[in-house]
Amino acid sequence: MTTETLIWLIPLPPILAFFLIVLFTNRNKALSHTIAVGAAFLSWLGGMIVFARAIGAPELGREPFASSINWIPTADTWLKIGVLIDPLSAAVLFFVAWTVLMIFLYSVGYHNFGQPKGDHDIAGLPPHGATIEEHGHKHTVPSIEPMYSRFFAFISLFAFGMFTLVVSDNLLTLFVGWEIMGLCSYLLIGFWYGKESARNAAIKAFMTTRIGDVFMLLGIVFIYSATGSLSYHDIFQPQVLHTLASVPTPIFGLSAAGLIGLLLFIGTIGKSAQFPLHVWLPDAMEGPTPVSAMIHAATMVSAGVYMVIRMFPLISLDPHTMTVIAVIGSFTALFAATIAVAQNDIKRVLAYSTISQLGYMIAALGVGAYVAAAFHLITHAFFKALLFLGSGSVIHGMEHGVLHTGDHNVDPQNMFNMGGLRKKMPITFWTFLIGGFALSGFPLLTAGFWSKDEIFTEAFGSGHIVVFVVLALAAFLTAFYTMRQITLTFLGKPRTPAAEHAQETRWTMTVPLIVLSVFAIGYGWVGIPEDFLGLHLNPSWFHEFVGSTLAVMPEAVPFSWIVLGTSLVVALGGLFFGWLVYRNVQSAAEDKLQIPVLKNKYYFDEIYDFLFVKPSYWFAETFVSQWMDKGLIDGILHLFGKVTTGIGSAVRNYVDLLIINRTVGDGTAHITQWAGRNLRPIQSGRIQQYMLASLIILLAIAGLLFYVLVRV
Amino acid sequence: MEFILQPLTLMTFFPLLGVLVLLFIPGDKKNALRWTALIASLITFLISIWVLTMFNASNPDLQLVAKYNWITVAGWNIQYYLGIDGLSILLVLLTTFLSPISILSTWTAVEERVKEFLLFFLLLEVGMTGVFLAQDLFLFYIFWEFTLVPMYFLIGIWGGPRRIYAALKFFLYTMAGSILMLLAILWLGIYQGTFSVPDLIAKGGIDPHTQLWLFIAFAAAFAIKVPMWPLHSWLPDAHVEAPTAGSVILAGVLLKMGTYGFLRFNLTLFPQAAVQAAPVIAVLAVIGIIYGAAVSYAQADIKKLVAYSSVSHLGFVMLGLFALNPQGIQGGILQMINHGLSTGALFLLVGMIYEQTHTREFKVYGGLWKVTPIFGTIFLIVSLSSMGLPGLNGFVGEFTILLGAFGSTVLNSPWYAGFAALGVIMAAVYILYMFQKMFMGPEGSIVEEVRKHGHALRDLNWREIVTIVPLLIFIFWIGLYPAPFFHLMAPSVDKLTAAFQAAALAMR
Repeated sequence: MTTETLIWLIPLPPILAFFLIVLFTNRNKALSHTIAVGAAFLSWLGGMIVFARAIGAPELGREPFASSINWIPTADTWLKIGVLIDPLSAAVLFFVAWTVLMIFLYSVGYHNFGQPKGDHDIAGLPPHGATIEEHGHKHTVPSIEPMYSRFFAFISLFAFGMFTLVVSDNLLTLFVGWEIMGLCSYLLIGFWYGKESARNAAIKAFMTTRIGDVFMLLGIVFIYSATGSLSYHDIFQPQVLHTLASVPTPIFGLSAAGLIGLLLFIGTIGKSAQFPLHVWLPDAMEGPTPVSAMIHAATMVSAGVYMVIRMFPLISLDPHTMTVIAVIGSFTALFAATIAVAQNDIKRVLAYSTISQLGYMIAALGVGAYVAAAFHLITHAFFKALLFLGSGSVIHGMEHGVLHTGDHNVDPQNMFNMGGLRKKMPITFWTFLIGGFALSGFPLLTAGFWSKDEIFTEAFGSGHIVVFVVLALAAFLTAFYTMRQITLTFLGKPRTPAAEHAQETRWTMTVPLIVLSVFAIGYGWVGIPEDFLGLHLNPSWFHEFVGSTLAVMPEAVPFSWIVLGTSLVVALGGLFFGWLVYRNVQSAAEDKLQIPVLKNKYYFDEIYDFLFVKPSYWFAETFVSQWMDKGLIDGILHLFGKVTTGIGSAVRNYVDLLIINRTVGDGTAHITQWAGRNLRPIQSGRIQQYMLASLIILLAIAGLLFYVLVRV
Repeated sequence: MEFILQPLTLMTFFPLLGVLVLLFIPGDKKNALRWTALIASLITFLISIWVLTMFNASNPDLQLVAKYNWITVAGWNIQYYLGIDGLSILLVLLTTFLSPISILSTWTAVEERVKEFLLFFLLLEVGMTGVFLAQDLFLFYIFWEFTLVPMYFLIGIWGGPRRIYAALKFFLYTMAGSILMLLAILWLGIYQGTFSVPDLIAKGGIDPHTQLWLFIAFAAAFAIKVPMWPLHSWLPDAHVEAPTAGSVILAGVLLKMGTYGFLRFNLTLFPQAAVQAAPVIAVLAVIGIIYGAAVSYAQADIKKLVAYSSVSHLGFVMLGLFALNPQGIQGGILQMINHGLSTGALFLLVGMIYEQTHTREFKVYGGLWKVTPIFGTIFLIVSLSSMGLPGLNGFVGEFTILLGAFGSTVLNSPWYAGFAALGVIMAAVYILYMFQKMFMGPEGSIVEEVRKHGHALRDLNWREIVTIVPLLIFIFWIGLYPAPFFHLMAPSVDKLTAAFQAAALAMR
């Protein structure tokens, strides 16, 4: 099979799985997950073959694998859609294929496959556990998810969206994948739709990202009108880029390229949850944990960053846009990290850390660090998927404990209810530790160190000192809250009976953790800079490979001891203080950092509700619907009716009664009365009268007009 | 015989044969009546497929023409003149496609006066097909007005509690608009000496000032039919009161007669006026998009929500048409089809649940996804298509329209597309709101209510699935591979826009 054909085929298995499950196998749980995991495996296999061929291809940057077909005809040509694997998309495809497969496998265990049906479980709510009798006594065990098959159908569709996006050679199909993921996030965040919080979170996620999407759509439309094409290859032609950079627009004094870049970037702000559209991501925790991993690592938020990297040759043309990107990215990185410090839900900490880490990538792009952003995107995907799946495993273990003790007041996601889990759940602990250290940038060993270090180096080396300082501060907080999380969850002694009875999860859940932790360490080594520590190592494979996507290979920024020193201090310092502060904390009350403004996420939900949500509802329900539609428009219609009936009765009272009756006689009036009586039953309501009257008047006007027109 | 065997004539009038057969079947043999009507409309659909096979997509002109002198009095020449081209072929197919589907949807929904219902329905089909094929203004007008009568009765007899009000409002409102058009038609007949549209186009030469008046007169009729903001207030009433099949046809086809009228007559006959009027119409269209979306959200009745969403969607169609460039017009035509499919399907689905529950108030619904999973899944797909999710049909139409509006030299401003895009966000709000209210959350009171009457709420049966699946096929087909559909219309649209360039040049 040619590589091009194979690329076309990569997204297909998941979508086929989606339809197969929805249409045929939804009653059979085992078959459904076999199909879904099998499909993920096929896509993974295709992805690996393509990846292997991609790294073997000489000059892949200049001659990528590409193929396209006609899709929509336009005035004189066709809008084509097609697939493209260049070094960047090959690298992204690699991590997507791995994380998706691991998440799929993990979902089997997470949704309690093989467990009995719950006693009172209903579709739309998380399973509550089943009572079984063993050795003569009853006890409660986790029960299987009632909508098991549906979950695998949706998550397959999700994977389809991401694969489509990655292999696209144009913005149109990228957008198709982008929106399909938006839909899936809606369906999966609201998977337990029986919970009101889940429903609201689903709508919030979809709406917030869609606000960004519409701007992005306008950006796409703008590109098309300006260049007549949506394929990357055509847009990135030097003369096209040159034209875009030199055409001015009336908005903010930006060039066409700058405005397009900004519009596209707003799409990313929504999708990758950057400030100020970050509010949906923490609420997205309402979905099952594998979904969180999908959204936070493998697919959705990564897609936002990927798009900016993809469009970098265009976006980087206007310095104003680049400044906006750098500011938003670095601000988000710090801002979200401060919130994460005060969260007690194990998943929420990770959610804010995702927002923060995405900020790093965006900031890196803003300072022009193309390769560093891509590198961090990939390492982050691995260790964040690992952390989420790990947290899911922890929650599972805790739920087991909760069921065992029967105390349902214990929130299995609150870290203050945990403690000492390292002994109960050793695999989860060690893998979580690897993920957490990677996130903190633990030196030399972890992937997160190498990618974060590269961002620091680039920001410092390109003279963006403010960005560098802000990111370094955020990195300190990152290490701090990560260690807080690890300490509270795994170290010390169990703080509740539920934690005492926590249990390690099954192999379908732990194997993905182990696989991902290999990448959370190993993937960093492919991007070790050539002059690290002033040595002369091999050139960084990642830099050479992904950098060749661009027309001009970006220069590697020279090594700096200042940067390395900072990197070491913030990572190790943060980890140390995190452990120091929280090693003896027993409850939330003892936590000094439970500051209300942080705990309440700077009140953004409340502010948005007041500023946007409520006014929008008022606009739709009161202003437009009540005042405009019912009041004004129908009002005018009714007034029109009243005036015509008024004229009618005036004619009757003053002309008919006075003149006709008195002078001509009563004959006409009798006829009118007779007609009126007999017509009354037909006119049962008032509007009809108005309308009839208005028709007569219209006829009269029409007659008049006709007369005038004919004479003209 | 030669007259009747022409494909277009045969296609237009074939349902009359069904009417004839219906007349001879006793009114209490309901299933025989239904099968007869269904078969008549299915054969009509097959004829339209036959027409499609004979249609040469690369020819921009009228094809399969049937042309006879009809009324020739003192220099007036009214012709029986049918023809089909890229502007109308898809709409004709949509009509013949939706008709059998609608008839199938009445199978158990209409139990009273079945014979009359089906009779009117087939007559309606004749009228609608005629509207899209007529190339003589007089003949067009006859078909145009003819469609009013059966629809009036469909709403007035088989409608909801306020059916008389709705039927009259529908009738009078559209009548009022048509009268101005009639005047303009007469003016053209008298001063240009012909009613034939191609002849009128060839002749041209109407001065811009007069063009504008004629344009407005035609627009009055069409704008009410579309309906464009602020002339839309008849639509929600008509939809809410109409029986399901009536709503499907009303949204699916009758509204398209308005947009088609703009396309076929306003744009071709008065090109200079169209260029002049384009910004005004585009502004009204954009207001309609946002307004319709906002009002949709505020509705407590499912059907009313869908009805108002039509105002929003047709705003998109109008914006596309009056971008006056190939992308805009192609997108506009495709969006007419899309709206027919998606909104038609939504009305069908609402009708299916209404048949069981007899209520359309949101507040009694909830948690239906669990009770009726197939229904829920199909409803979701159709809703998503309606809100323009990529991969489904609505997106392709909206996207091409936005491309057209953004690049339009006549409108010459990105703000039209910008504000229209706002409608895309709002569509997501009301659609998701609808879906959430009906299908998620705790079970609505209606589920228990229905159970009390002795039978649980059931999922779709086979007949209902057969009714809805053809629509789903096209929803996916257009969304995934729209090229064949564009291919059918492209040459005719190019020819039309070429005429605009000439008109725009002439104005300088």
